[in-house]
Amino acid sequence: MTQLISLLTSAIVFGTVILYGAVGEIITEKSGNLNLGVPGIMYLGGIAGLAAAFLYETHAAAPSGAVGLVISFLAALAASALGGLIYAFLTITLRANQNVTGLTLTIFGAGLANLFGGSLNTMAGGVGQIHVAVTSQSYRAYIPALAGLGSVGKLLFSFGFMAYLAILIALTASWFLGRSRVGLNLRAIGEDPATADAAGVNVTRYKYLATCTGAAISGLGGLYYVMDYIKGTWTTDSTIEALGWLAVALVIFATWRPARAIWSAYLFGVLYWAYNYIAGLSRASIELFKMLPYVVTIIVLVVVSMRRSKESQPPKSLGLSYFREER
Amino acid sequence: MAEEFAVRMVDVTKSFGHVLANNKVYLELKKGEILSLLGENGSGKTTLMNMLAGIYFPDAGQIYINGQEVTISSPHDAYKLGIGMVHQHFKLVDVLTAAENIALGLPGGVLVDRKAIAKKIREICDRYGFAVDPDRKVYDMSVSEKQTLEIVKTLYRGADILILDEPTAVLTPQETENLFAVMRNMRADGKSIIIITHKLAEVLAISDRVTVLRKGEYIGDMDTAKADARSLTDMMVGRTVTLNIQRDEPVDPQRRLEIRNLTVKDKDGVTRLDDINLDVYAGEILGIAGISGCGQKELLETIAGLQPAASGSSVKYRPTGPDGPAEELLGLGPRAVSDRGIRLAFVPEDRLGMGLVGSMDLAGNMMLKSYRTQSKGMLTERRKPYELAKEVVRELDVVTPSIETPVRKLSGGNVQKVLVGREIAMQPTVLMSAYAVRGLDINTSYTIYRLLGEQKRAGVAVIYVGEDLDVLLQLCDRIAVLCSGRLNGVLDGRTATKEEVGYRMTAMLDSGKEARA
Repeated sequence: MTQLISLLTSAIVFGTVILYGAVGEIITEKSGNLNLGVPGIMYLGGIAGLAAAFLYETHAAAPSGAVGLVISFLAALAASALGGLIYAFLTITLRANQNVTGLTLTIFGAGLANLFGGSLNTMAGGVGQIHVAVTSQSYRAYIPALAGLGSVGKLLFSFGFMAYLAILIALTASWFLGRSRVGLNLRAIGEDPATADAAGVNVTRYKYLATCTGAAISGLGGLYYVMDYIKGTWTTDSTIEALGWLAVALVIFATWRPARAIWSAYLFGVLYWAYNYIAGLSRASIELFKMLPYVVTIIVLVVVSMRRSKESQPPKSLGLSYFREER
Repeated sequence: MAEEFAVRMVDVTKSFGHVLANNKVYLELKKGEILSLLGENGSGKTTLMNMLAGIYFPDAGQIYINGQEVTISSPHDAYKLGIGMVHQHFKLVDVLTAAENIALGLPGGVLVDRKAIAKKIREICDRYGFAVDPDRKVYDMSVSEKQTLEIVKTLYRGADILILDEPTAVLTPQETENLFAVMRNMRADGKSIIIITHKLAEVLAISDRVTVLRKGEYIGDMDTAKADARSLTDMMVGRTVTLNIQRDEPVDPQRRLEIRNLTVKDKDGVTRLDDINLDVYAGEILGIAGISGCGQKELLETIAGLQPAASGSSVKYRPTGPDGPAEELLGLGPRAVSDRGIRLAFVPEDRLGMGLVGSMDLAGNMMLKSYRTQSKGMLTERRKPYELAKEVVRELDVVTPSIETPVRKLSGGNVQKVLVGREIAMQPTVLMSAYAVRGLDINTSYTIYRLLGEQKRAGVAVIYVGEDLDVLLQLCDRIAVLCSGRLNGVLDGRTATKEEVGYRMTAMLDSGKEARA
């Protein structure tokens, strides 16, 4: 029982990182933009939040956790939205190839983040020295009274606020896409921009806004990873990138539905951490277990394309640029 | 005095690149009338209406709506002026419901109020006699239902000027009747309607007036009551223009292709070609005339082995004349055809999609036809295709920076020369071309005519699908006219008149199935 709770708890922490990435990417993809720069954007969000918190904590006389939190949160949002803006400008205005642009953004984001991560470590006194304890603490704060309510309390209330924010954002996105007028217009653009255009929707503006908003949300995944998952430090291993790709896989697994992405993200977490809770696995089989989320994604892809359900397909114009006077 | 005209377009001009799609076109639509916009393919009807709907922006000219000069720079502007267009390719999102499609792009509260939309849809339906289920997904709808939804969509947005782009092309006769009934209801309600069409019978049946365009120019308009099919055809096709294309008498034409009972259905099960019986002779040019989408593409692609034909169809290839051995082409596929040594050349309509690879250079494109026969082992033979590319460039005056230039960087005319040059270099026995001179300048067009003439003299069976009737009449020895997928007569290219061909293109004759004229 303890083991199960422990597995589920780590699955939720893990799932929260990719849930941000996936929900952001769903919003982007609903506008017809396939942004494969999710890992890069998560890097940008992570490093921006960390750098902002670090600069604040080193310069303030008595750093406050709440202020550090707000500063780093805003920095992460701004940096990831900026990443989205680069992608949007290249693919929407200049009509560059979306796949190439996205992959380039991933490489750019990873490189930039590790460059600054290295510099921050140097500033902090050497490799692995960076630590934003105060800010990280406020990210990880929870209500002890609730978390103390046995297994249920631990399972439901032992997380930092961003785990709940992720669910809230996913549910809001689901409501926004399914019910709101703006969401309807956005879905139409991803399906058929020419139709949306003819109906009087400003396709370019929607694509820009969806891509930047989506990127900002994706970037929060990186922030959560840095502040909560690895507790306010920086490592130059490529975990963020791996998680970013899992977020892209999660978009497919959730068949472009933000609400479905919530439990799917936790399921990915369970599958990813399962090896820790199975006794006697060799190193090789651990790596095999870590593949599980990707394997189930492929299975979902196969099942979805066999069922030919129109609702579970990617947006029809995903990956294509739009130009009104093209003949 | 109340303004008489809902729409006036004066001297409207629009060009795409160097192609002039509309040249100083004039159009007026009176309030509460149905106007037919008549013209052949490529006459600029849809372009003109797209400018009214805000899809394209005119290069020059004025547009007046209800007497006021307006600038329509987006579909949104058009809606604000009460203009709604039902495009030939429906602008509907498949995975959304009827109500969602209607709500798309409309201003309003944060939420989509499904109940209010459904109520208003019902009101419109009751008023004009439509039937639309607001909660039905578009992908579950038939073509006719989608069209109805499109019309309801424009009405929902308060359009009182409706443009219908070839609305009957996709409808059954019964559905067409229903559409016309609805159109009359809308006219009675004070709506002004433009219907784009090239079917004369419909012009006469539904419209009050008709405006004719030809090759992007305004030809004239008249009251439908004073018009008949002949006079409209004359306006549509125009006077015969002498082109001075050299046409030799065919020397010893031998039957090379026998097309028998050819029926082709598309993947939706719609009949595209209906029981075609036609012979193609070596040493002559057979022209195929018809409104676009009447089966020309299917005819060529079926012969080339790119489309399946219905059972019972047959295309026999006789390399040595009517008494020699015959080979069935249907069911082979393009590779098997060439493996059997049948040199079937095809210059498709979609030059850079089907004919050439845009991102490959000239030599690479030559290689597409030869890589299997000329290469040994794993490596490709590049020298011979390179020589061939050089020869094509020299012989046909292809303007290109080099042989290594990707063909998509060449102009349309030069792309076509490369394609035709490659196809001729394989020394074909049958040469099929679809709209070979579309978008080409005069000189290049004549080069193509000359090349086709040379092939004919060399004993090749040439099939020329064309849209310019003057060219068809002065280039081809015989002209087969297709009308809605059926053969509507085969005419002698030397004696047929433009009016005759134009008339057969638009109206099915009972004697249409007769074989050779």
